[in-house]
Amino acid sequence: MTARPSRRATLQAGGAFTLAFLLFRRSGKASANISPRPQPGDAAAAAADGHPAFAPNAFIRIDRTGPIRLVMPNAEMGQGIYTAEATLIAEELDVGLDQVVLEHAPPNKVLYATPLMGDQVTGGSASIRSNWRLLRETGALARRMLVGTAAQQWNVDPAACTVERGSVRHAASGRVASYGDLAEAAAQQPVPAKVMLKDPKDFRLIGKPLRRLDTPGKVDGTTQFGIDVRVPGMLIATAVTCPVIGGRVESVDAAAARAVPGVRDVVRLEDSVAVIGEHFWAAKTGADALYVTWAPGPNAEFSTQRMMAAMQEASETGKSVVARQVGNLSQNGKLIEAVYQLPMLAHAQMEPLNAVVHVRPDGCEIWTGTQVPTRVVTAATAITGLPNEKIILHNQYLGGGFGRRLETDSVELAIKIARQVPYPVKLVLTREHDIQHDIPRPAYYDRLTARVNSDGLPVAWTDRITGASVARRWAPASLRADGLDRDTTEGADEPPYNLPNLKVEWVPFDLPPALPVGWWRGVGETHNLFTVESFIDELAHAARKDAVKYRRALLQKNPRVLGVLNLAAGKFDWGAPLGPRIGRGVAVGSPFGSHVCAMVEVEVTPQGEVRIRRTVVAVDCGLVINPNTVESQIQGGLVFGWTAALYGQLTYEGGAAQQSNFNDYRMMRINETPPIEVHIVSSTADPGGLGEVGTAIAAPALVNAVFAATGVRLRKLPIDRTLLVQAEPRTKGDPR
Amino acid sequence: MITLNINGQDHTLDVPGDMPLLWALRDVLGLTGTKFGCGIAQCGACTVRVDRQAVRSCILPVSAVGGRKVTTIEAIGETPEGKRIQQAWLEVEVVQCGYCQSGQIIAAATLMTHIPAPTDADIDAAMAGNICRCGTYVRIREAIRQAATGSKVAMQTISDAAGSLPDTSQGNRR
Repeated sequence: MTARPSRRATLQAGGAFTLAFLLFRRSGKASANISPRPQPGDAAAAAADGHPAFAPNAFIRIDRTGPIRLVMPNAEMGQGIYTAEATLIAEELDVGLDQVVLEHAPPNKVLYATPLMGDQVTGGSASIRSNWRLLRETGALARRMLVGTAAQQWNVDPAACTVERGSVRHAASGRVASYGDLAEAAAQQPVPAKVMLKDPKDFRLIGKPLRRLDTPGKVDGTTQFGIDVRVPGMLIATAVTCPVIGGRVESVDAAAARAVPGVRDVVRLEDSVAVIGEHFWAAKTGADALYVTWAPGPNAEFSTQRMMAAMQEASETGKSVVARQVGNLSQNGKLIEAVYQLPMLAHAQMEPLNAVVHVRPDGCEIWTGTQVPTRVVTAATAITGLPNEKIILHNQYLGGGFGRRLETDSVELAIKIARQVPYPVKLVLTREHDIQHDIPRPAYYDRLTARVNSDGLPVAWTDRITGASVARRWAPASLRADGLDRDTTEGADEPPYNLPNLKVEWVPFDLPPALPVGWWRGVGETHNLFTVESFIDELAHAARKDAVKYRRALLQKNPRVLGVLNLAAGKFDWGAPLGPRIGRGVAVGSPFGSHVCAMVEVEVTPQGEVRIRRTVVAVDCGLVINPNTVESQIQGGLVFGWTAALYGQLTYEGGAAQQSNFNDYRMMRINETPPIEVHIVSSTADPGGLGEVGTAIAAPALVNAVFAATGVRLRKLPIDRTLLVQAEPRTKGDPR
Repeated sequence: MITLNINGQDHTLDVPGDMPLLWALRDVLGLTGTKFGCGIAQCGACTVRVDRQAVRSCILPVSAVGGRKVTTIEAIGETPEGKRIQQAWLEVEVVQCGYCQSGQIIAAATLMTHIPAPTDADIDAAMAGNICRCGTYVRIREAIRQAATGSKVAMQTISDAAGSLPDTSQGNRR
């Protein structure tokens, strides 16, 4: 494991990388050159790819005829990554996006790892940050080989050739050859060790608001998600799992289930029972007819209330790991402190968890949409005892990921069911199963303090974070030597502000092993931007200063964050007068290597309902690959973050989750969604991440606006409307 | 045996009468464009058109469909409203993960059938039953407006004069 590069240096280079994964990086650069990734040379790979005439690297396949095929290293789950990654290759290859077709990458850590994540993982807003240079290089390399081939055949200088939409042209002689014509001969060329990338002024595709390549199939219903896969002879299963975490099946009476027309098999597992039928309705009706006696096990007393009480105790008395401490905390000044509490959250991706699995004596074939293809293969080998090469995984489009599909539990369940029957099985879990057996975002209990000087500015700052670790289970190798899970303090340990005297520490909190916690869109940044930006707002209020001016005073050494703050303030018309119970809130941050400011205007009804009226976001994400996607990721990310702030909490009582579907685990809807303006700063800095930026900045801007509208400081999410009911009695004739 | 008219064709199916239409479409007929989201008519992912109404197919038993005509995402483009909505969806780039969009498009096309020039309040009322977890609501509203008015919506704001990026910021306010 190499040393962690200086965080400051990283920030200056334009990339505040997700700390939880930083240690996986092998070098300081995302891709120093092309050679670390082997070329696909073996016969099996060529056969799987349809024997392409020209396959200079793992991402590009050019046949004699037909479109150019690009292999996408990351999973498309709505974030637009297929279009962005194809754009990077096509830009340097000099082909149009209408000339390419995209393929899901097979599981292969060597060929398709995301360097920031250390494996073939789509998450951490890391895909573009990891791959942008590499993908451009692969395109440039292929172009150079194709142009070189043409120049050789024509006996002309390659520098005298141009490329337009995949056709090489030599103007002086008037000769033209398509990439398809050149493919076979190009395959004989040596692969160059280094290539030149385009000057940004020559970009034809990068930076343009180009149409997404995956939209047409999602508009006419032809896109195949994992849940849509149908293979010959396949039957459909659903499962019930012990409602108490970690509980087991004690006994099953499946007579009534087996009597349901269309039910074919009932499979008993350790903690679940699956019913397999000719269609989902048979499986579901059968599952409803099961009589299962559960052995609840040791967690039957687990409850959210007890957990939060234990977290408070841990916060007050527990042993911490110091994430970062600088300066001298013994400063004079008024002490201000606040405790913030964040709930467990479910993912609630729209596509319920599912997988099609066919286990045969000599192999196992899996169709599912996953963020972690190689982990699926590893899990399949563990369950079936088959070697890696006997596991075939076909990744699919994901109907939302948000971290839920960074887990393999549902695929493991499908494999366990499928290995007991001779035919392929599609496991489709119900929404109730999805919510009740989620691997949730952990809860947090955070205490922040500040000493403020006579101007009300913080001269000492502490943040004591208490919560469970995701990385201890999911990526133990990413823990710092002293045990720190950097995700728990990400976004808190280096706030954007000038805070020379600072201490940020983490008190690890243990949950029952039967309740693993997982990554949830925005990860540590979503948790910590809420507390840091709420607390800064509290300090501004205590200092009787405007929330924007107060932040400006602390951002003088941080031009990119100051830049987005000022840009948003101008577009939002911060400071214009507002009516009663209407307020504006601001939040800034630098999540995932980007810099962002959100400004929100809310109205709080006398009954305590929060209505978001309008929003302006300014984002500096470095080099923009596709502004269309930047805008939609910010818009959607905000809705995701607001949904959690307004409604999100997964609670447990008697060891079981209390929510089960969208009726009691609510989502924001269109009628609650305000206009959202997104302003993008033009930049040539290295690209930052985007998939989680909007989510991370959403809640603090909203809650700060609620404070401005009502004077009520909400330190616990989700928002408790009973705290926002208008206090003063209504006067007679009040139209409200 | 139950006969259903799906996308203009009669299909005779040997399925239990209490089977929701969703599963007849997906698991029996192989029309997988209609999606399963919640099973309790809370999310709208399964929305199909039954005659002129948007209906949650996850709770509509096949025995209750009768002779009414069912239109799914696979054929909504053959209706004038469906075609306009799908075109607007493409032009406004509504879609992210796309899983809810079949239901969104059916709901929007059905809104247009009843209210050809919907206000924002009409849009919100008609579309509030369809959850999008990716949060594409701002663009859904834009796309319905565009389909109704025929006037194009600008896509994107690029700030900062320094830029090598195209500035298409006119009329960006949504």
